[in-house]
Amino acid sequence: MHLQPSALHAAPVSAPAGMARAVASGCPGASVPLSGRSRNGHDAPMSPEPGDTDWSAQLRRVAEGDRAAFALLYAHFAPRLKSFMLRSGAGETLAEDIAQDVMASVWHKAPQFDAARAGASTWIFTIARNRRIDDQRRAARPEPEVLDWGPEPEPDPTEALSVQAETDLLHRALHGLPQAQRELIERAYFGEQSHREIAVLTGLPLGTIKSRIRLALDRLRHGMDRS
Amino acid sequence: MTDRDDTAGAPHAPAKHPGAALLSAYAAGTLSESFDLTIAAHVSLCDACRAEVMSFEALGGGLLETMPPAPLARAMPEPAADRRPQATPGMQEAAARDGDLPAPLERYAGTSSARLRWRAVGGGVMQIILKAEGPGRARLLRIPGGMAMPHHGHRGIELTLVLGGAFHDGTERFARGDMQVAAPALEHMPVAEEGQPCICLAVTDAPLRFTSLLPRLAQPFLRI
Ligand SMILES: [Zn+2]
Repeated sequence: MHLQPSALHAAPVSAPAGMARAVASGCPGASVPLSGRSRNGHDAPMSPEPGDTDWSAQLRRVAEGDRAAFALLYAHFAPRLKSFMLRSGAGETLAEDIAQDVMASVWHKAPQFDAARAGASTWIFTIARNRRIDDQRRAARPEPEVLDWGPEPEPDPTEALSVQAETDLLHRALHGLPQAQRELIERAYFGEQSHREIAVLTGLPLGTIKSRIRLALDRLRHGMDRS
Repeated sequence: MTDRDDTAGAPHAPAKHPGAALLSAYAAGTLSESFDLTIAAHVSLCDACRAEVMSFEALGGGLLETMPPAPLARAMPEPAADRRPQATPGMQEAAARDGDLPAPLERYAGTSSARLRWRAVGGGVMQIILKAEGPGRARLLRIPGGMAMPHHGHRGIELTLVLGGAFHDGTERFARGDMQVAAPALEHMPVAEEGQPCICLAVTDAPLRFTSLLPRLAQPFLRI
């Protein structure tokens, strides 16, 4: 069972192919070979780029009860969740509480994580977003109707690789954005201003990831052949 | 309900869909409850927008991933020995029958579409006001075929999502799943299509949670 590259890649994608090979070779936790480019295209030995660790694989281990994998996820995401909440206007105590709560949810909900639908950071982001809304409202956030995978009991594992690859691509593009542009996105996500600016954003491969998800949804709805 | 090209960079909301600005705000979690509800209902019926929301969620994940880490005050708590049982998503299929409420709306209406408690508001029009916090008023409307849709105040964006039947606005026809996004300046005269009643979800006023609510004019016709 393998994907048809011609049908799945709306645009040529180079980095994900290398990543798919790395993971398919049987070491899902191994670090992913990257192109080596960093912000502005220059070599910089600073913070590792997104995609250096396969967080989806770590999450699957957490689903099996692996506490060491959880500790890794915690060390990476908890301080970033706190930072995210601080930027969203939460005070020190609330930001810490939410970060801890979200990580507890990650532990409890890990068996529900579906790498074929979203990357690990995307999934954790949605938990944090819903937690923040729960804090501000009596009612839980209205969620769209749940879609279930079609007749097949398990999603194709290569689907998960594709989603992760597109997500990594998006993260790297975000990483390479000029600071001013990044700040516009941040302000919209932190609720500091309207989202009008999002609509004029360029330079992010959002269309690529959207087509990828759209194909997965089509397959869900219509049981499209994936062989 | 029609498909469309990639519009992540389009400056205007495409007809019949909420558009990138509202979808990204929904993904970011910065909308008011009534707007959240309306987008969730549309996304339940439209895979193009569902994919767009998921791509904006991936962007949110990217922001999270690249935040400068903030030092934690407390150490990592020991993970609970037993996982709390989580509600597993059941085989909840998208409502296919015409007039059915998408799942997020059923929760707000408190019942399925067959048992809705409509209230007459005059001229054969019926409505149900949905309880959502904050700015923005959400209500279900049932307009007899051939009748003009009630006019809502135009203080902010107005969203109308068709759930059953259809309405026409000028040359455009809006059917189940279609959403009309009306800017404050838009002059429009929607009319329910002849035949079966048009059932829609209508939301008006300030969409952003942090926007202050303007004093509202009395709207005795709709009793809100
Ligand atoms: Zn749509």
